[in-house]
Amino acid sequence: MAMHRHDERCKEIFSLLSEYLNLELPPESCAQIEAHLADCSPCIEFNESLRKTVELCRRYRPSELPEPLGHAARNQLLDAYQTMIAGRKESGV
Amino acid sequence: MERQAETELARQLLTGDARAFDHFVDHFRAKIFHYSWLLCGQREDAEEVAQDALLKIFENFDQLRQPEQVRPWVFRIARNACLMKRRKSVFAPARELSLDEFLPSTDQEGEHRKLQIADWTRLPDRQVLDSEMKQVLQTAIGELPETYKSVLLLRDVEDLSTQETAQILDLSPDAVKTRLHRARLAVRQTLDGYLRTATKGAGDGHASA
Repeated sequence: MAMHRHDERCKEIFSLLSEYLNLELPPESCAQIEAHLADCSPCIEFNESLRKTVELCRRYRPSELPEPLGHAARNQLLDAYQTMIAGRKESGV
Repeated sequence: MERQAETELARQLLTGDARAFDHFVDHFRAKIFHYSWLLCGQREDAEEVAQDALLKIFENFDQLRQPEQVRPWVFRIARNACLMKRRKSVFAPARELSLDEFLPSTDQEGEHRKLQIADWTRLPDRQVLDSEMKQVLQTAIGELPETYKSVLLLRDVEDLSTQETAQILDLSPDAVKTRLHRARLAVRQTLDGYLRTATKGAGDGHASA
C-alpha cells in the first residue's frame, strides 16, 4: 500500500521519522525532511500522530503497583547489601 | 524520579549509607515490576523477577563503576532476570514487523491527498492519560513482538538512550533505531484505530477522544 501514490520521497521520510523525532539525524538530513514536511500535508499529519504516540509512551506509567514488599523479602535484600558492603570494607575498597 | 536522584541514591549506597536502601528498593522494585510485567505478561512472574533482580543488584552493587549509569545497569540485570524467568510459551517465534504494514493509504480529494488516519489534532499534547487511553496504550505495547517491545520499553518508557539500550540488549545502535521505529509505528497504528472509534462515538454523542 503506497502512502502517496508515485511519491517515493514520502516513503523515505516515513522510514526516518523516529530518528528525526529523536534528533538523531545529521543536520543536512533534518533540513531535507523539514523541507519536505513544509510542502506535504499527509507527511505532516503522519509525523504529528507519531510524535504524539511517542509523547504518550513517555508519559505512560502503569497503574498497578507490585504487592508490598514482605518482611522476609526485604531482609533478604538488606542482607545481600550489607554483605556486599562488608566485603568492600574487607578488601579495602 | 529523575536520573540525577537515582545517581545520588546509588552513590549513597556505594559509600555504605544504608539510609538510601528503602528508597532505592521502592523505586526500582516498581520499575522492574512494570518492565517485566509488560515484557513477560505475567504478574506473578514480574513480582519474582523484581525480587531476583534486586537480590542480584545488591549482591553485585560494587560492580557499578559509574553511579550515573545506575538505571541502565539495573535494567540490564532486570532483563536477564526476566529471560531466566520467562516461560517457554513466551518463546514464540519472533514476528518481524515491516515498514510497509504501517504505511497508511491516502485518498485523492481533488488536488489534495488525504491520509486515511484518525484526527490526531483532537488529542491534546499534554492530555492526561485517562484510564481507557492508558489501557489501550498498555495493550498496544503488550501486543508488540518481544524484540520490538524490549526496545520501546527501554527507549520511550524508561527514557534510556540509544547507546544504553543497545548495551542492555546486546544490539547495535542501528538495530535499536530500526526496532524502535517499527515498535512506535505499531503502537501508533493501534492508537489510531482506537481514536477512530472514539471519534466516531463522539460524533454519535456517546464518547469523546
